[in-house]
Amino acid sequence: MAFWIASSPHNHNQTATSALMRLVIYATLPGVFAQWYFFGWGNIIHISLAVMTALTCEFIVLSLRNKKNIRKQLFDGSAILTAVLLGICIPAIAPWWISVIGVTFAIIVVKQLYGGLGHNPFNPAMAAYVMLLISFPLQMTSWQPPLALMTAPVDFANTLSIIFTGFTSEGYSVEQLRTTVDGFTMATPLDTLKTNVGLGFTVFETLENNIFGEHFAFGWEWINFAFLIGGLALIAKKVIAWQTPLSFLFSLFVCSFIAYSISPDSSASTLFHWLSGGCMLGAFFILTDPVTGATSVKGRLIVGALAGLLVYVIRTFGGYPDGVAFAVLLCNMAAPLIDQYSRPRTYGHTLKEHDNEQKGLK
Amino acid sequence: MSIDNKELTSESAEKLLAKQALKAEYKELAIQGLWKNNPGLVQLLGLCPLLAVTATVTNALGLGLATLLVLVCSNATVSAIRQWVPKEVRIPIFVLIIAAFVTCVQLLMNAYTYGIYQSLGIFLPLIVTNCAIIGRAEAYASKNPVAQASFDGLMMGLGFALVLFILGAIREVLGQGTLFDGAHLLFGDWASVLRIEVMQLDSQFLLAILPPGAFIVMGFIIALKNVIDAKLKERQPQVTEQIIERVRVNFES
Repeated sequence: MAFWIASSPHNHNQTATSALMRLVIYATLPGVFAQWYFFGWGNIIHISLAVMTALTCEFIVLSLRNKKNIRKQLFDGSAILTAVLLGICIPAIAPWWISVIGVTFAIIVVKQLYGGLGHNPFNPAMAAYVMLLISFPLQMTSWQPPLALMTAPVDFANTLSIIFTGFTSEGYSVEQLRTTVDGFTMATPLDTLKTNVGLGFTVFETLENNIFGEHFAFGWEWINFAFLIGGLALIAKKVIAWQTPLSFLFSLFVCSFIAYSISPDSSASTLFHWLSGGCMLGAFFILTDPVTGATSVKGRLIVGALAGLLVYVIRTFGGYPDGVAFAVLLCNMAAPLIDQYSRPRTYGHTLKEHDNEQKGLK
Repeated sequence: MSIDNKELTSESAEKLLAKQALKAEYKELAIQGLWKNNPGLVQLLGLCPLLAVTATVTNALGLGLATLLVLVCSNATVSAIRQWVPKEVRIPIFVLIIAAFVTCVQLLMNAYTYGIYQSLGIFLPLIVTNCAIIGRAEAYASKNPVAQASFDGLMMGLGFALVLFILGAIREVLGQGTLFDGAHLLFGDWASVLRIEVMQLDSQFLLAILPPGAFIVMGFIIALKNVIDAKLKERQPQVTEQIIERVRVNFES
């Protein structure tokens, strides 16, 4: 009689990819709900369009690659998650082909051409977002103002019609929908702040604009708050590591705190930076991507801090109002190198031996 | 008499053989330049102009033709003076020759196709540094007679221009939805009828026009070539090597 003895660790984590992905998708639900509450049906329509396109593209590529067990790979949730994340990021009243082109690019070029799940160097959703932003700047910056501030109310049918035809059933165009009673086109809080500071207004003067609401950014603050809750749930479930979001938010805090202390008139507060744009989504759902992020504990801290710094720099000095997507892509590029230099010490070696090993001396 | 005759026939046979060999070499040169060893797709030489100016077909053709002309002339010249070039200083001499021809082409384009000259900008003088040209001068023209060297230059140049043309066509259709936009700048006024509106785009697909789009499209074209090569290889009858099995001879049995 022979006992089969396996080597340690004996306690395995039985989570499959699909279960993990499903949890992450569930965690985006509070944020998606908040988006629906403040901005209407647009993003939900884009998310469903994106999911359908993603599954079609994934199926085509997998069958071209002669993969076995297509069904399992198709529904492992990774493609759906990419589509959901991209659908969340797209402006609510962008035309339908924006999400279709974006997801096609994300799945076919960014994910599958590099070898599929686990082999992609860049986060597919963010790479696709950057591609869209560079290719179609007009459509990708036509943000819909919060429903409460809009002159013409948009219900589900109107949103559907504006996404597919460019006009609501009453004949309003995207531009007209974005115009306030005063005749100004509304932009996102980040965009407005950037423009106004560039024009020489102070932050306090800018914050009186009703796009900022009572606190920091009307609608956006609650969306970010909802994503924060989803992210905290993910951390509690141990789906994502706490290091990346924490160091990202801390780094953003340090940057904005320094700027705010030096010149409070031209720089927004930390909470404004935390609760506007794609900050929380990036911190908890994008940067923590196990494939494209760093893997060691120290590496995650460094990547998070780097991303926070980059987001602040792009938001303040860059050409685009929000910099989360660009920061994520740059961090994806840096992640392998950061991992290389932040390898944890292996047990059973003295410190000196380990150092030599890392330097390649041995 | 009979001996003379024999010599004559053997001579003509030799001539025939040489002619056939030459023909085979030309054929090989054409295949190498256009497909197997294409400077754009396989050697990946001269990528900088290849990716930078192929936003429209007209620009791509302009640069392709300029490169073709320089390549043929420089190959012919390098081959003609190959006996007198000292080995140690051959590279500077090649560069001087190429630069002379590039200057000629640049002045010609400045005179006759000013619009293209302007839109190609720095990439026209940069043909001097195109590795495909100096590569052919070094690898082929400096070792072979003038006729073959010129033909090699023609084929390599055609291969390069073809890749430029395809890349330019794909990027122009994706980016602006047109083909041969602004062809009159290159071919004269009659060519403005060549402009084709493939599809009406509400907004330009900027990625296709920007450099990243060039890289992505280039990647797809190379992949397509590899697929075709793999298919061709599959179709060829497999040459099975005859396996010689060793037979163990057992004397005892």
